[in-house]
Amino acid sequence: MRWLDVFVMAFQAIIRNKLRSFLTTLGIIIGVGSVVAMVHLGQSATRSVTDEIASIGSNLLFVMPGTAQRGPGGVRTSAEPFELDDVEAIAQEVPDILVAPAITVSPTVVIGNANETIPVIGTDNNYFAVRNHRIAYGRAFDPDELNAGSAVCIIGTTLIDEMYLGQEPLGTTLRVGRTACRVIGVLEEKGQSMGQDRDKIILMPVKAVQRRLLGSLDVQTIYVSALIDGSTGRVQKDIESLLRQRRHIASPKDDDFYVRDTQDIANALASTTNTMTILLGAIAAVSLLVGGIGIMNIMLVSVTERTREIGIRLAIGARTRDVLTQFLVESIALSTLGGIIGLVLGIGGTWLVTSRLDMPFLLAPGVMLLGFFFSVAIGIIFGFFPARKAARLNPIDALRHE
Amino acid sequence: MSSSARLRNDDPETPDLPPAIIRMRNIFKIYGSGSAEVRALDGVDLTIRDGEFVAIMGPSGSGKSTCMNMIGCLDVPSAGEYLFRGVNVGGLDRDELALLRRHFMGFIFQSFNLLPRVNALANVELPLIYDGVRRSERRARAQEALRIVGLAGRESATPSQLSGGQQQRVAIARALVTEPPILLADEPTGNLDTAMADGIMSQLVQIRAERGITIIMVTHEPDIARYAERVLYFVDGKLVKDGIPAEVLS
Repeated sequence: MRWLDVFVMAFQAIIRNKLRSFLTTLGIIIGVGSVVAMVHLGQSATRSVTDEIASIGSNLLFVMPGTAQRGPGGVRTSAEPFELDDVEAIAQEVPDILVAPAITVSPTVVIGNANETIPVIGTDNNYFAVRNHRIAYGRAFDPDELNAGSAVCIIGTTLIDEMYLGQEPLGTTLRVGRTACRVIGVLEEKGQSMGQDRDKIILMPVKAVQRRLLGSLDVQTIYVSALIDGSTGRVQKDIESLLRQRRHIASPKDDDFYVRDTQDIANALASTTNTMTILLGAIAAVSLLVGGIGIMNIMLVSVTERTREIGIRLAIGARTRDVLTQFLVESIALSTLGGIIGLVLGIGGTWLVTSRLDMPFLLAPGVMLLGFFFSVAIGIIFGFFPARKAARLNPIDALRHE
Repeated sequence: MSSSARLRNDDPETPDLPPAIIRMRNIFKIYGSGSAEVRALDGVDLTIRDGEFVAIMGPSGSGKSTCMNMIGCLDVPSAGEYLFRGVNVGGLDRDELALLRRHFMGFIFQSFNLLPRVNALANVELPLIYDGVRRSERRARAQEALRIVGLAGRESATPSQLSGGQQQRVAIARALVTEPPILLADEPTGNLDTAMADGIMSQLVQIRAERGITIIMVTHEPDIARYAERVLYFVDGKLVKDGIPAEVLS
């Protein structure tokens, strides 16, 4: 028997029962499709987290009041907020760093007829370097504006697109809460990240936000950027001991603030996504197994149904291995076909999801190959038993089968 | 083993007769055991020579079909010796028996046993596929076989589109496409009306005249058996009569 004829025979059998073949292979399609999609999505998620952290600014530390552990129900346990003095103290006492305060409020912003709730961050000129978010055009705050808390602002590009409808914003006045605020600069476009539009933002001098929007002298977050690579550990320790001193925390007591390294956050997120990927991948692999059992089931039915055909083939001179090969190739063709369709759907699905969520679309050839060979292997493993059953039939019994 | 190689008669007792291709010595086929024992064949001795046209007759349960399956190497005897062209079939394994069938025997069945939903040409091609014949040659040989049985032009018809007589002709074409020296027919006209049956029988007679093949046929109809030159009559697993149709059927 020629291999070409074996393959032709298998495909003819598959085509003869189109619906059944499709339903049989559906398990493999779903199995391979979901394995491929899960692993690809996991990879994209991990990459997007890594990219994210890089774009936030590497060597970045967040300093916040409260404790790192989140209490049940509450967000943070109450602790003394920071003030601008703390920011200044850190800037002076800890070497080789850049410090920027941040106060975030979300007032209603009105531009012409458009109004929307937009995050407003009160900060100073260090923000651009520390958060790696530069000014595209216009200018930064001048020292007088920072000292006086003037009503000036630097806006993100989303505001231009959505509220200015593409009009030139520089020099115009928009309303932030109850304050009329002059636009002096526009930030570079940063894009979406983790479902958040990072261009939907307004920067104002820290004192302007404290006085005009917040009504207190609190500083919610202090951003610290270590200027020397790999020095974040040292900087973190320096800040911790400085703040303990300033906040009069004696030695056995825990900090009532915390310093968080972006690298820590990146690692935590990456390990979470990895775990999720493995878990979902494992579930998908189980569905692949179920798909294989589906193939075995239908092949067994098919062998019973085609007993007479097998008898005819044996009578006209088919050997055990001819029949075995025929049915084995049929099941391998079914599962491989399913594998290929699943692969295409899995990658297509990944592309769809990543393009919607603005995540990077990465192909993993290893996973694709693995999915393909897995589907072939399933055809062999789950096709062997039915094929052997067919090949071992007694020619007379098979011919008499009704 | 080549189907085209002719046997020489090396039997000193019958130097003038054609060589024996089938020799059965004391063949038994026993199903079950103890009190439930059934002897489908009960000590059969039989010789069939090259080129003979033999009809096997007998009431149902007489062992005629079992004998046929035995001759066709679809079944193996429980005891006794079966020499096919001098080869002891009892010593062959499953796959060797399959090769024997492939190269030396063509089968025709009462229920035609064509593959449903596969057209006539593909049905006739089937034995050649197992023989590893190339597609183009296969096509040509199958078409020729269909032409011989008078079905030229019906290559693409599936069995359900053909009459019983036509289906049996496709089966004959399939049996002959490998040019086997022996044709085994199990009740070939059992599902056909008289006109169709006569058509099939004249076809077989003609093919035998042209090719000099051996035909062994199971039937329970005396009219059909009369086409043969020799009739074997079985009762209860024993061969009780063996002679020309006129003698045996009287």
